[in-house]
Amino acid sequence: MEFLLGITGKDFVLTVSDTAAIRSIVVFKNNDDKSLDLNKHVVMLYSGNPGDTTHFAEYIQRNVKLYEIKNGIELTPKATATFTRRELATSLRSRKPYNVNLLIAGYDVTTSLPHLYWIDYLGTNATLPYAAHGYGAYYTLSILDKYHRPDISLDEAKAIVKKCIEELKTRFLFNLSGFKVKVTDKDGIREIEI
Amino acid sequence: MSITQYNGGTILAMAGKNCVVIGSDKRLGVQNLTVSTEFQKIFPVTEKCYIGLPGLASDVQTLSELFRLKVNMYKLREEREIEPLTLANMISSTLYGRRFGPYFCEPIVAGLDKNNKPHIYGMDLIGCLNFPDDFTVAGCAEEALFGMCESLWEPDLEPDDLFETASQALLSAADRNSMVGWGAVIHTITPDRVITRTLKTRMVIYYISYI
Repeated sequence: MEFLLGITGKDFVLTVSDTAAIRSIVVFKNNDDKSLDLNKHVVMLYSGNPGDTTHFAEYIQRNVKLYEIKNGIELTPKATATFTRRELATSLRSRKPYNVNLLIAGYDVTTSLPHLYWIDYLGTNATLPYAAHGYGAYYTLSILDKYHRPDISLDEAKAIVKKCIEELKTRFLFNLSGFKVKVTDKDGIREIEI
Repeated sequence: MSITQYNGGTILAMAGKNCVVIGSDKRLGVQNLTVSTEFQKIFPVTEKCYIGLPGLASDVQTLSELFRLKVNMYKLREEREIEPLTLANMISSTLYGRRFGPYFCEPIVAGLDKNNKPHIYGMDLIGCLNFPDDFTVAGCAEEALFGMCESLWEPDLEPDDLFETASQALLSAADRNSMVGWGAVIHTITPDRVITRTLKTRMVIYYISYI
């Protein structure tokens, strides 16, 4: 039932994650943050098996930090996604694979371009202008197909996200309680209200 | 459904007179849901040799990285480019190395050797090599491609005719398979250059204008 969404714009990436922590038929929490800042310009959204998600996300975050300390430069969004994909692909053929789906969103300061990577638990990495994970993808991707352009402004992106959330509220059987929205651009990662 | 068909995608290669073509569709899906329409399944190895990797997308990416490493190491050690037959055997033994826990991918190798003789090779997911001298196909629309190639292919085609033959075969197969399509890419490999063309398959009109 978890939902992750990412949209790239002209010079930013907008990411949305639902905030419900669910186990079986019980909603445990309504303000769960399913994202982690990997460095100043890269954010990772995760969904899947609750234990695996936090463990894997923190593992990636610390390795990305370690690289930064060792080499004195930030890992680019693409390098982060490639590394993360490899970790998941290796894990897939281990005794107990991580069941984690990810969106990696970032702003590449070297080329001044926004990036969005869709990674699933099998270790499939797709570079996309907009992406979604979970059942929500079946409702929102068609909206994004219609309204997304590569050069949209932040306000336009916010309007599209509103449309997506509205659709989920009317057509999705489960009432997702809240959404955490983050923007990543040249100034870094910040949370915004939608 | 088999795990090799989970992400969709299909590849074909054809041999002509001193030329070969290798082509694939561009779709990446999760069963019925299309995730990407720009997914790379064909990878250049040398200037005159390409590999196509249809199958589980995760393994497609893992293998493309592994083969890139192995080919680069070969080039450094031998101080020459790898030949298509050597490459096919390298891929075959890499796959057989995972005999009892295979990569879910059925690679196709297409290229010209140092004498510009065309080579195409196909193999199954544990590396059993095939040495056809006409065409080879793999992936989700394999059956349809076999039918199309069987009726369209003829010996000693020139590069442009070979491209047309391969394109028509791939488009016809892709347009009737829901796991395959969303555009196609065809590389025509000739002794002096490689021509890469992208094709449109049956797809939503406004989406085409967007791309």
